Parts: sequence; structure tokens; C-alpha cells
Amino acid sequence: MITIDGQEVSANPGQTILDCARSIGIFIPTLCHYKNTTNVGACRVCVVEVENARSLVASCCMPVSPNMVVRTNTPAVRDAQKLIVELLWSSGDHNCLTCEQNGQCELQNLVYWLKIDKPRFNIEPPGYAPDNSNTMIQRDLNKCILCGRCIRACNEIQVNEVLDFSMRGSYVKVGPAFDEDYINSSCVFCGECLQVCPTGAITCKQAKFAGRPWELNKVRTTCTYCGVGCQMDVFAKDGQIVKVSGNPDYGQPNGGSLCVKGRFGMDFIQHPDRLKKPLIRYEKNEDLKEASWDEAFTFIVDKLSSIKKKTGSDSIAGLSSARCTNEENYLFQKFIRAVIGTNNVDHCARL
Amino acid sequence: MAGLAASFGSGAMTNSIDELEYTDLILAAGTNTTENHPVIGMKVKRAVKQHGTKLIVIDPRGIDLVKYADIWLCQKPGTDVAVFNGLMNVIIAEGLHAKGYIAERTEGFDALKTAVTKYTPEYVEKISGVSAEDLKKAARLYAKANKASIIYAMGITQHISGTDNVKSTANLAMLCGNIGIEGGGVNPLRGQNNVQGACDMGGLPDVFPAYQQVANEDARKKFETAWGATLSGKHGLTIVEIMNAAGRGDIKAIYIMGENPLISDPDLHHIKKELQKLDLLVVQDIFLTETAEFADVVLPSASFAEKDGTFTNTERRVQRIRKVVNAPGEAKPDWEIIAGISTKMGYPMNYSSAKEIFEEIAKVTPSYAGISYERIEKEGIQWPCPTPEHQGTKFLHKEKFSRGLGLFHAIEYIPPAELPDKEYPLILSTGRVLYHYHTGTMTRRAVGPSERCPESLIEIHPDDAVKFGVNDGQMVKVTSRRGTVEAKAQITQKSPQGTIFMNFHFAEAAVNLLTNPVLDPIGKIPEYKVCAVKLEAA
Repeated sequence: MITIDGQEVSANPGQTILDCARSIGIFIPTLCHYKNTTNVGACRVCVVEVENARSLVASCCMPVSPNMVVRTNTPAVRDAQKLIVELLWSSGDHNCLTCEQNGQCELQNLVYWLKIDKPRFNIEPPGYAPDNSNTMIQRDLNKCILCGRCIRACNEIQVNEVLDFSMRGSYVKVGPAFDEDYINSSCVFCGECLQVCPTGAITCKQAKFAGRPWELNKVRTTCTYCGVGCQMDVFAKDGQIVKVSGNPDYGQPNGGSLCVKGRFGMDFIQHPDRLKKPLIRYEKNEDLKEASWDEAFTFIVDKLSSIKKKTGSDSIAGLSSARCTNEENYLFQKFIRAVIGTNNVDHCARL
Repeated sequence: MAGLAASFGSGAMTNSIDELEYTDLILAAGTNTTENHPVIGMKVKRAVKQHGTKLIVIDPRGIDLVKYADIWLCQKPGTDVAVFNGLMNVIIAEGLHAKGYIAERTEGFDALKTAVTKYTPEYVEKISGVSAEDLKKAARLYAKANKASIIYAMGITQHISGTDNVKSTANLAMLCGNIGIEGGGVNPLRGQNNVQGACDMGGLPDVFPAYQQVANEDARKKFETAWGATLSGKHGLTIVEIMNAAGRGDIKAIYIMGENPLISDPDLHHIKKELQKLDLLVVQDIFLTETAEFADVVLPSASFAEKDGTFTNTERRVQRIRKVVNAPGEAKPDWEIIAGISTKMGYPMNYSSAKEIFEEIAKVTPSYAGISYERIEKEGIQWPCPTPEHQGTKFLHKEKFSRGLGLFHAIEYIPPAELPDKEYPLILSTGRVLYHYHTGTMTRRAVGPSERCPESLIEIHPDDAVKFGVNDGQMVKVTSRRGTVEAKAQITQKSPQGTIFMNFHFAEAAVNLLTNPVLDPIGKIPEYKVCAVKLEAA
């Protein structure tokens, strides 16, 4: 049993104060904490008062002990949180006017929640050049709060082992080895880093200026590439796809992770080369010409019916598709078997 | 798939993706997991780095997973059966096999034991190049793990001995009692989003949905009643047989939904000629693919983001897709197109939604009977799921195998159909790279992946580069008995000496102009992983 803000809670050995508080709906702010990665206690915004402790403790790292008494909302806690957030704010270029994360930035939310008008310190961004080296992941280290989530996502979730801290003291920064841009590093562009970044330091480049978070329509679906079947959110605005993101809440099979194809490989959907009208080649030596659905159906049905009559059902074959849905594959083989009258149906599973 | 069905009674992945992360040992054979199934690759790496899982990699190429492996068995391409028989030889010789499990749950062990007797580590070393010591170490490591999972992909199946290779993985797993337990299994990783579903739905020439045989009269009667039609009991033709029959004039019309065989099939020249002989070629696709360009009618279909439906992933999990945006122009979902043609042919298909079709699927497909759109709204369900109360099945063959007893197959090693000789001194192996997908129609239109991987590269070992006088980044010409392609050379240790690797994503360097169309006699899968080629500067 422990007590948090006057409420008695039963807790398991090894559970952190943060876990325990969240389990009974008590909000403790966090920045560096990220589910399924090591607790590092780097940012300290999750500090709480523990009776008989020498100082405030980081609730994300502190395991509970019997009869512990915790307070999450004392003036000392709030003062500490404000100081931390003001220091973070003033040490970066957190300009929400042009930031893609505006509206879903965890630092912005925390500033608002702590009711900070402006920081007590002069704002002195480090002045890093942004990494515009590629078309997928945009990095602006001036917005980085050094929480290390991207590093843990890269090393502990995806195990790609590309990102780490480099330099020392106030020069510390996050990035690939030898301070390379992403495109010149061993990065495989899974994009886990941008998904876990709490601020606008790592963002989806192709979504830049394509829509504010609150303007986007989010639809959960299944990735269309390999057989893993990753669950993903596709975001669209005014009928245009803006970006794709994983979602840890969706559980199996991918637990919120994606790869480069799922996250950055969806341009094909709205590519100008998409077929928009049926095409018919009336004579073998002619070109394909645009036609109506009715003309296309009539052409196909006439030909199929006459071939079936002349040379039999088994002179017709169909290839269904490992790319199409179950419903479509079911209907396709039903059509070939029940309507054409043959079992000549296969797909490219073998290839 | 045929291999696993023969051994266990079911061709699907036996266990679940998530179990890989918490098992004692993973044996990865013929799968470049981190590039072809990156999210599964991620779980394998996490298992090794964070959960103490041992990893054995069997692969001729120095793929990324090798960095994480306890043991890497680098065999000559196409010698997998010898390696697996060698592993089993050691396990049996040292008495490490699961004797109780074998007696209770399997049959055919004596024949297997006799067959593997001659595959001593020394004999296997001669065939495969894998050192006898490494083979012994790997055999002991696998046999001593409490639960061990085998994962494999096209590196196992795309050989003339593909079905034999699969049966060999099944033999090894049963030998150590690894089937029917959590964290164990033989797990084929499916390369395409809905291969599993397309098979489950009866997109195969010999079976109705849920693998009910067309030759079985009861099954046929059931579907004749359900569909109100007379059905044929004669096995149909497989994809490569269809193409050959078209060449002979026996097939007059082919209707292709969402496939691009002009890039993905072996020996492209041959396929092109055959498609030209058809009276009718209908291609239904989202782009004017290389195959669609040959068609008499091209029908524009909706992409996955423009329609509702379900995909079944590699671990048998049936999951929803949902419409995000409208399809461009007049493009329609594939199911609407099929229903339209069928209705016009006098067999009305009046479905109002994908959901309505799924409800019909559940009625005739016993393994899907308990699944509904409502149930998979939040999380997909793994078949078999026979009733609406059933929670789905995490791993198969728990108390008994689908076929009753697990069947060991005695298998002899046969070499690949085309081996290097004086004129064609190198082996060509083909596959995918991380940034692209299959025939490239989708990823090559994606800015990001194309930026990272803009062109086809031929991976060549440094010693071979010296031998054939080619430099990194130079255009080179690869020639087989069937054709020639040109692409840039990439000099890398990833390729073993004597073997070059090419991907099949780029139509301008269509590697299937080179590949050998010889098929595995049972699985009918072409031998994409081994053919003989020569290499010269272009």
C-alpha cells in the first residue's frame, strides 16, 4: 500500500510511482518517459514529493516502497516543474507559429498546463542548421529538448542503433555517428524517432505545411506492403493523404512501429499515373483507348462468353491477387469457379 | 506451403509474431528479415539484445541479422537440405532429439533417421561449404533450447527443392519437439500483405476457401449449394502452367486482378510471347503496369486506402482495412468490378458492401466462421476461429497436429537445376531490398524510398570484382542462358564469393530476364535463388 495525494493505492514491487499514479488517474507530466523503453529520469518534469526523501524524486524512475507517501501537486513540485520547463523553453527555438507540432507538442502542452506566460530567462537557441538532407525526416535540433526518446526508440524499440548523444555539456546533441545528416548515415528511415519526438525537433517532412493536426482526418487501417500487417493511422486533409503514423495503442502485430515503406511509401496512392478510366484495345494492333465501364464490361462479357462456348471453360484462367482483400479474392475465385466454370485460378504467392 | 501441409496438415505459420521476442532460440533460414519484414526483424533483434534469445542464421549472404547471430551457417546457395539433414544427423547421433514427443506425436521417424545417417557433418561440409564444427555447434544449440522457433522466407522456397527445404525445416522442428508449443514452430514469413488471405479464400487451383479440396465431392456439393452453380472437380492450372498453356493455345483468355506477372515471373521473354497469343487479356490494376500494357482491357481499381475490407497477415490474423480517401477518377474497388462483370454474365452478385461479402465468407469458410467486422474492429483475430465465442488461435497443433500425427519426410539433397560452369561461372540469386517492394509499381512512385534507393545494384564480392575486372559503381552486364541485363555494380562482402545478388524491383534491369523458369515439382515455385550467369563490364 502506498498513498498518493491522499489516496491509498495497492502497488506491486518494482512498479514506479508514475505507473502507480497513472493507474488511479492521477496526472503527472512527463517528457523523456516513453513506454517500452528504459526509464532514464532525464527531464525531471515528473518530480514528486516523497515523505522523508531528501529531495524531490523523479516519479518515472522511483520504485514504490511499502507505506510510501507521495504528493504530486505541492508548490515545491510545481515550482520545480516550472523551472525545468522554462529552462527547456529558453534553450531552444520553440516558435509555435511555424511548427508542425503545434497543437500536439508535449512541451507546448506542458507550458500551458503549468500556466507559464513566458520564461524568466533569455531565449538563446543553439543555432543549429536544420537537417534537410532527405525527403522523409526533417530534423531541427533547435527544437530538441534532449529527452533522448528518439535515441531509445532507435536503439531499444527498432534496434537500428543509429542515433545517440554526442558532444559534451551544453553542446550535447542527438544524431547519427560522426554528426552526419540522416541521408549519409546508416539510418534506415523507419521513422520511429519522429513518432516518439515530443516536440517539433524531428518531423515528417512531406507533411510540412500540408495540414494542422486538428484539420486532419485519421483513419486506422492495415499496411499494404509485406505480410506483417502493421496497424497504422493514415491522416488525410480534404481528400489528400498527408502522412502515416504508427499507434502504440493498437497492439499486435506491430505495437506502433512501422518501416520505411509503410511510413514513407504511400505516395503511390495519389500519384498522377493512377488509372482513372477503363481502357480497351478493340483490335490487336491498336492502342488502348479510354472507354466507359459499360463498354468495358460488354467487351469482356462478350469475349468471355464466346470463348467459353467455343473452347470450353478450361480455356479461361484467372489470377487473383495477394495484394487484394479477402473479400475480393473470395469473389474472384467464386466468379472463376461458379460463373466461368473452371478451377484455373491462382495467384503469385509462389513468386 | 505444400511442404508444411504435408508435414503438419496446415500450410500456415504455426506460431505468432509476438512469440519470437520471448522464445529461447530463433533459427532464421533464407529470410533477410530486417529488409523484407522489417517489423519482424525488429522483434528478432530485440529478442537477441534484450531477452537473451539465441540466433542461428542459415543464409549464403551476409545479411544484417548475421551481426546479431550466435552462429552463422553460410551455405552454398541451394544446399539447404544437406545442411538441415546434417543438423538432424548430429542431433540424432548425440541423442538430443525429443524421444517422447517423437513417439507420441509423430510418424515416419525411422525413415528420417535412415535418410540422415549419411549426412555427417564432414559430408555436409563437402556439399555446402558449412564447416563441420559450426554445424555441430548449431545442432546442439537448437536441440538444447527449451523452445525454438524457425522462421523462413523465399530463400527456402524459391528452389527446385523448395518443398523439400520446407519439409526439412518441419523435420527439424518436430525432431526437437518444437511444434505445438508457445515460442516454437515453423514460421513462413509471407512476403505480401494478403498472400495468406488469398490462399485461405481459395485463390488456388485445387481448393475452395479454407483449403476444402475441389476434388472432394462433399466439399464441391457444399459450394454448389452455397453458390447455386455447377462446379468442376478437376484441378486447375497453376500460374506458370497457365502461361505455358497460353503459349500452346490451350488457354485463350486470362483475367488478371492486381498482379504484374510480366515482371515477377521467371523467364520474361517467354511470358511476353505467350500473353500475345491470347484472345483476351483483362488486367485490373491501380497502374498501367508492364502487364496491363499488353492487355485488351484495362480496368482501373481502387487502392487499399480507398476501400473497406480485410487482409490476413502472415500469422493468420484477419485485420480490417478502411477507406481513407476516394479513388481517383472512375476507379472502383476490385470487388465491385468482379460483381459487375458477374452480374452482366447472368450470375447476379448484388453485394452492397465488403462487409456483406465477409459475412458470406464466414458462412462457407470454417476457419473464419467466428470472425466478423464487429469482432475485429479493435484487434484482428487469428484463425482458426470456428465460433463467435472463440478467441482465435495463437499457435497451431497444440495437442495434436492438424493431420493427426506429424509426418517426418526422408529427404535427399538434390543440387540446383543450373549450376555454374566454364561459360557461366557465377551463381545469381535474387530478392528484395528494404526500400522497394516486389515489382516496384508502388515504391518506385514513392519519393522517399526512391531517394534512398534510386536504382538497381548488382551486389558482387570484392574477389569476384577483381576476377571479372569490374569496379564499384560501374555499369556491368549480367548474362544467363536466357537473357542479359545491365545495372551498376556494388562491391560488397554481403555477397559470398561466387554468387552475385540482384533485386527484381526495377523493370529497366529486369532480373527475371535471367532467372531459370524451372519449377519445384510440388510447390510449382520457380528457382529464383540459383541460376548460372556470367559477368562483364558493360
